[in-house]
Amino acid sequence: MSDLDSAADFGLAWLDASGEHADIVLSTRIRLARNLQGHAFGSRARVNDRAAVLDRMAAARRKVPHLAGSELHELESLSARDRKVLMERRLVSRDLLGESSGPAQGSAVVLSHERPISVMVNEEDHLRLQSLASGLSLRSAWTAVDALDEELGQELPYAFHHEFGYLTSCPTNVGTGLRASVLLHLPALVLTKEIGKVLQGLSQMGLTFRGLYGEGSEVVGNFFQLSNQTTLGKSEEDLIDHLDRMVRQVIRYETKARQILMRDAAGVTEDKIWRAYGLLRYARSLSFEELMNLLSGVRLGVGLKLLPGLRVYPLNKVMIFTQPAHLEEAAGRELSSRESDAHRAAYVREILSTEGRVRPDSDPDDAPTEPSG
Amino acid sequence: MTCENCGADKPVIQLTQIVDDEMRTLHLCEKCAAEQGVEGNPVPENFPLANFLAQMGATPKKEGASEKSAGGGDRACPFCGLTLKQFRDSGRLGCPECWSTFEPHLRGLLRRIHGSHQHVGKVYLTPNPTDSQLERQIGALRRKLERAVELEEFEQAAELRDRIHELEHSESAGSGHE
Ligand SMILES: [Zn+2]
Ligand SMILES: [Zn+2]
Repeated sequence: MSDLDSAADFGLAWLDASGEHADIVLSTRIRLARNLQGHAFGSRARVNDRAAVLDRMAAARRKVPHLAGSELHELESLSARDRKVLMERRLVSRDLLGESSGPAQGSAVVLSHERPISVMVNEEDHLRLQSLASGLSLRSAWTAVDALDEELGQELPYAFHHEFGYLTSCPTNVGTGLRASVLLHLPALVLTKEIGKVLQGLSQMGLTFRGLYGEGSEVVGNFFQLSNQTTLGKSEEDLIDHLDRMVRQVIRYETKARQILMRDAAGVTEDKIWRAYGLLRYARSLSFEELMNLLSGVRLGVGLKLLPGLRVYPLNKVMIFTQPAHLEEAAGRELSSRESDAHRAAYVREILSTEGRVRPDSDPDDAPTEPSG
Repeated sequence: MTCENCGADKPVIQLTQIVDDEMRTLHLCEKCAAEQGVEGNPVPENFPLANFLAQMGATPKKEGASEKSAGGGDRACPFCGLTLKQFRDSGRLGCPECWSTFEPHLRGLLRRIHGSHQHVGKVYLTPNPTDSQLERQIGALRRKLERAVELEEFEQAAELRDRIHELEHSESAGSGHE
């Protein structure tokens, strides 16, 4: 039994889909890179640098109101599975886990019970402050991480340069140290083949994007992450406002594409959505790629109000809890990839049959005649 | 072809990103794609740094003498010992002091990466700030105040106004003692 069992809810607040545009925007994340004066950065830090940074952060954590009641976990003392669970929740990075050789001494994460904030310690930078929020919530995510930053900065001597701003290990992060990312679901832009144009345009607006593609370039899951590319020369608010405007523009394009889809191909679209729902409800084995594609179809159905009674929340939950380490955590043992696919399908069936039912009257065959009044 | 993350035999999914109009694709097996998802560090290692860094000093072909004489190839950070050459290879600085050591080189690099080398965001105050540090912070807070008013976040605006008054007071108090 590890310490993390008591922390089962960390990093899950965003799932509730309470944020703005939560059917199209899954989550918003903002992170700030910060380093302490007088210590070498990640790549050149010696053991005593890392130990000192961890000690200072541990002491500061007790004084900072925003981290009241938080927990600090050294990664070395967590099981490999717990570490992976944290990674799948996006609370620690792949780099902090140190993959093949395991986490380096002094690598740690601070998790808050009360707020959607966390701090990675001794990653590439000494500190990575992070805030994760539901839907399109750049302003509230910024307010949360900014307040934490102000408080921590009074306890810890940040490395700050009058010209270059907050100093970081990598020059691509210097200045504000701010990276804001928004995770979007854009199925209609993909289906109408407009997505390439949109993404190309965004990259010319100083944004970067990431997406998953299958063999032969078909998109997997229709999820895309948009982030600011530069961190220096603009204020935090300007960077965030710019990203916010661009994301809202993309949401308008996606909404437009959904209207076109329903105008020109309603039958096919509806069939696709119900098939996806049916497969998720009853399949006995689901690979990651298949799940992502089916979830995308069902999520689109929720957005188009074709699956009445179904909400986004259970779909968000499925995305998190069907990841490999989460499935192993629930099973209490290691799983082969075939077992993993079976457990994944079982979890999806369970969620959809409890929290993910569509209202029976939405089935056209069962629909009672319209009640009067 | 093998998975670029774990070396497994069957990469089936590609992670694609566009930075600065350049497309970059990672071929991943299903397991690694599931682990990595779409979310991750949006600016991948050494990208687009590698190109910029190559332009920074002497071309790599001119080894030895020109590397040294071309200014700073063997110069090392007094705090952590990082050399300019090591920085070019790794794309990572070694400590806060490196930023001062390699300042002239970094300025040009930052202009190419960010289009600017001047930070205009939050201003960090060390425990005993000088007047010019205070002024910079007051400036940053004023910009924040304007934005708060624009967004009608009046509670935050009131807090900012108090903070500005406080700082203005400590500034004049500080200079009064000179
Ligand atoms: Zn792999
Ligand atoms: Zn150094």
